[in-house]
Amino acid sequence: MKKRNILGEDLARMLKGGVIMDVVNAKQAVIAEKAGACAVMALERVPSDIRAQGGVARMSDPQLIREIQRAVSIPVMAKVRIGHETEARILEALEIDFIDESEVLTPADPFDHIDKKVFKIPFVCGATNLWEALRRIDEGAAMIRTKGEAGTGNVVEAVRHMKVILSELKSLRSMTPSKLAALAREQRVPLLLLKSVREKQRLPVVTFVAGGIATPADAALLMNLGAEGVFVGSGIFKSSNPAKVARAIVEATVHFKDAKMLAKLSTGLGNAMPGLEIETLQTRMQGR
Amino acid sequence: MTVGVLALQGDFAEHISILRSMRIRIVEVRTPLDLEAVDRLIIPGGESTVISGLLQSSGLWQKICTRVRKKTLPIFGTCAGLILLAKHVTGKNAPQTLQLLDVTVDRNAYGSQIQSFDRKIRLKGASKSLDVAFIRAPKITEIGKGVEVLATSGGNPVLVRQGQLLGATFHSEVTGTPEIHKLFLDAV
Repeated sequence: MKKRNILGEDLARMLKGGVIMDVVNAKQAVIAEKAGACAVMALERVPSDIRAQGGVARMSDPQLIREIQRAVSIPVMAKVRIGHETEARILEALEIDFIDESEVLTPADPFDHIDKKVFKIPFVCGATNLWEALRRIDEGAAMIRTKGEAGTGNVVEAVRHMKVILSELKSLRSMTPSKLAALAREQRVPLLLLKSVREKQRLPVVTFVAGGIATPADAALLMNLGAEGVFVGSGIFKSSNPAKVARAIVEATVHFKDAKMLAKLSTGLGNAMPGLEIETLQTRMQGR
Repeated sequence: MTVGVLALQGDFAEHISILRSMRIRIVEVRTPLDLEAVDRLIIPGGESTVISGLLQSSGLWQKICTRVRKKTLPIFGTCAGLILLAKHVTGKNAPQTLQLLDVTVDRNAYGSQIQSFDRKIRLKGASKSLDVAFIRAPKITEIGKGVEVLATSGGNPVLVRQGQLLGATFHSEVTGTPEIHKLFLDAV
């Protein structure tokens, strides 16, 4: 297996059990940090606005990213377009803590993802299934998140992707060595990586969930499925009481097995973000 | 002996896996009730601002302070865990801390993730060097009376002990190095 970003994988370990929140300015970043975010994702528009406004979505203005870096003490992440190596170099020059090569932005390269191993900054990438996750890890991703369907406030796709990855992991167990080798070739995944994943029954990097999480109960549902932490995009700052919703999602992500606690946390949060049915979407970001 | 690992946020699973390899009985601590079952506590790496808030909301904060004052709860803190033990914390948006260990700690003193690094350290008086990782690590900038420095790196203290409290600015749990945990169980 090729060398991966070990220090980046270690930083991902420190984020476990936490909530990473999308913020579009320094003021929101401070609210997120105070509410207990373990990191913030700096971007110009949250996914639900990207969806509503349309057009090409790109890396954020470095000035915005710097303002957010100055405002908080927790790790700051930012997004680049899939395959856009130059945007990633720019974020590296800004000394961002983590780069998200994200399907939420408009893809820049129709053929390849970024060769992430050559960067000093770790990458997190989205996946809808085991094979996508393993290809991203082979390219050097230090952390994986399910894609879900960003900006919808609808948790169904995040649940789907988490369950698909888990069932694919399980199905590896009963495979003969020759079937495993054939699958590795077919899916363009190194056999050594596939074998180690089969044995450990988990991805070799920290795995969060993302895409459509809007309530404390959503976060707890996915933690119960085996997620190691949660990204919340539009769900916080598109709700009627961001600070309270953020705090409740942080607590729910930690105490995900405690139903009494979850009942308390879900109480009186005001309006959650408006949601969308997956069937009505013009753009499915997860296919990118 | 049962060792509690504070399992609110951070790399508690890595600490648990080291303790399991040493065949130590462990309890994941999320509530004051969990804490009652443990003889020792590890506060893992993670984000100190996050863990600080969760210690307060869970009711663990007071229980931990009370037991430390009664000398019935030795604690090992790594990185964020050390920050939470420290009397004084400097740096932007510093969290409230338990203020039990008489040191001043500067958060994220090396900078952002690009300044994270792996290093070999050596415990005072030991010949073997240990692999550890400094991830967005803090620096110990001042040390009170009665605080013993057990290891330094680049001229800075990186492992300190005061009575029943042990604090490291680095992570030995992510590199699979059991020696610091052994030290905590044997000598603290």
